Amino acid sequence: MRAAAGGAELRTGTGNGEHVGVHELVKRYGDVAAVDGVTFGVRTGEFLALLGPSGSGKTTVLMNIAGFDFPDFGRIEIGGQDVTWTPSHKRNLGMVFQRYTLFPHMTVLDNIAFPLRMRKIGRAEREERARVALRTVRLEGYGERKPAQLSGGQQQRVAMARAVVYNPEVLLMDEPLSALDKNLREEMQIEIKHLQRELGVTVIFVTHDQTEALTMADRIAVLDLGKLQQLDTPKALYEQPTSAFVAGFIGETNFWPAVASGDAVAGSELGVTLEGGERATVTAADAIRGGQKVKVAIRPENIRLSKDGAGVQASVEEAIYAGSITTLLLRSKGPTLRVRVGPDGALGEPAPGTPFTLGWQTRHARAYAA
Amino acid sequence: MKARPSRFMLGGRTYSPAASLLLATPFLLVLMLAFLLPLGMLLRESLFVPSFTVEHYRRVFDEPVYLRVMYRTIRISALVTLISLLLGYPLAAMMARTRGLMLNLLLVAVLLPLWTSVLVRTYAWLVLLQRNGVVNDLLTGLGIVDAPMQLLRTEGAVVLAMSHVLLPFVVLPLYATLRAIPDDYARAARMLGANGFAVFRHVTLPLSMPGITSGCVMVFLLALGFFVTPALIGGPQQMMLATLVQQQVTELLNWPFAGAIIGVLLLAVLGLMIVFHRVIRLDRFVGQA
Repeated sequence: MRAAAGGAELRTGTGNGEHVGVHELVKRYGDVAAVDGVTFGVRTGEFLALLGPSGSGKTTVLMNIAGFDFPDFGRIEIGGQDVTWTPSHKRNLGMVFQRYTLFPHMTVLDNIAFPLRMRKIGRAEREERARVALRTVRLEGYGERKPAQLSGGQQQRVAMARAVVYNPEVLLMDEPLSALDKNLREEMQIEIKHLQRELGVTVIFVTHDQTEALTMADRIAVLDLGKLQQLDTPKALYEQPTSAFVAGFIGETNFWPAVASGDAVAGSELGVTLEGGERATVTAADAIRGGQKVKVAIRPENIRLSKDGAGVQASVEEAIYAGSITTLLLRSKGPTLRVRVGPDGALGEPAPGTPFTLGWQTRHARAYAA
Repeated sequence: MKARPSRFMLGGRTYSPAASLLLATPFLLVLMLAFLLPLGMLLRESLFVPSFTVEHYRRVFDEPVYLRVMYRTIRISALVTLISLLLGYPLAAMMARTRGLMLNLLLVAVLLPLWTSVLVRTYAWLVLLQRNGVVNDLLTGLGIVDAPMQLLRTEGAVVLAMSHVLLPFVVLPLYATLRAIPDDYARAARMLGANGFAVFRHVTLPLSMPGITSGCVMVFLLALGFFVTPALIGGPQQMMLATLVQQQVTELLNWPFAGAIIGVLLLAVLGLMIVFHRVIRLDRFVGQA
């Protein structure tokens, strides 16, 4: 695995001070390795997102942490204790599922009191604590209702109250917002984040939605094909992705095939010949040898357009207006590029066919070994 | 040309009243002619032959033998229902978690008896349980008992054979209900600290209540009117209502009295169902949407 540029110390902490440790986790289903040697640590009070496309193994990792599935190889530690083979109900974790979360035959209050009841806490105390938890998620007065009488967002809030009422070690969330509509989802993202800060609970949050991960997480673990691709802060992931996969998966990126003109170590400047024949200076994300084929990744908002003559040339193919931003599709000598411009841009509304010179800061164009 | 919506179809979800009536008519006709009409005639005879009288009904309650048969019928039916449920629930729960070939084999095993005549299955029990039958041979052969036991013509044998015959009627609705319960409920319960038994007690069992109810009602009602099995496996001491009615009709030609027995049974079942419905309110388990 590659180390994140500038974030190596944030990586796979296996030492002390971490709350949850996943070590060399391997899980096979038949011939397919759903999880293939994943190691990472979650710090106390941290909000960690497990992000990846479907089939990346993120849910399998969570199921192993939860104890609904057991690894073929590797270890799970919570609070310094090996819990790899501990049954779910003895791990003292909280979990919020995508849906079918609340028991439909119990009232909201009984749902929240359920984990306390399982812990043999007396009726009066569990009712009191359930009411407090219900207040925390701003649903006072809904305690006597059945889950079916609540909206989707309210149901997930009750599910959160139920998941934290017994002060679990760690709160696991398995795509808890994916069944909600967009506006509600964004509202809930902020609400969950606030609740997490308020309670100081460690959260592991599985999602396939990169915006959600960027918005909510302190750090994001990006998984693909059962392997950990990168674990970093949202900012580092977005600005310094260590692989072409992460660069393409997090946010939007233009990939421009090119050939390296000389050798470069990771993080240094590199001259390349872009597909189409033009020359440019970029940053090497990997160690690159001269003559090697590379993929240059540039984000749409990092491409500057100007009328100056010298530099990489392109012309407008289409302008897509989307309110706060406009996306331009530009035909270059290489691939068609997406470029983001603001509404108050000096460019106005560029007509198709308008020629431009493209520019970018060297650090914004990252070359990956192809 | 614009397609005109047929007046038989309203949207895609509901049929128009006319279409509904048309679709239900064949069934309703059969129900009327083959069930309600004869039943009504029989009940009328029980009250109006020779002229209006409650004499036949009084006889049902006056002669202890008839009340005994009725009580026995309800007791055996309840026992059969309980045993079917106890045998069927674990099987259905296991089937709900099975896929592929194994599931198909289990389904065939459950359904196979339904494809065989009740008569054949009952004779199979006869062969097993008779004085020189398989069970007695085994018991004496192993030295567990000295002499063959009286197995046939016992209430136990009747209950056993009826439970076997009626088992599919509790397994199938239970399987369907359990299968439809999403795994996440059990997972959530485990995560919240429930062990296997607590998950069953607090989550799976209450959520499968609709399946339990429909399966049990079906078995209980079928058992109440069961004729072949109790008649062949049981003796006079195990006589159930259906046999009694058959005697009155075919041997004694006492139609009015047969009608009175059926009338009492009908009222008893109706009363039981109302109580059952009150005690186990189905809507309680899903809440109002």
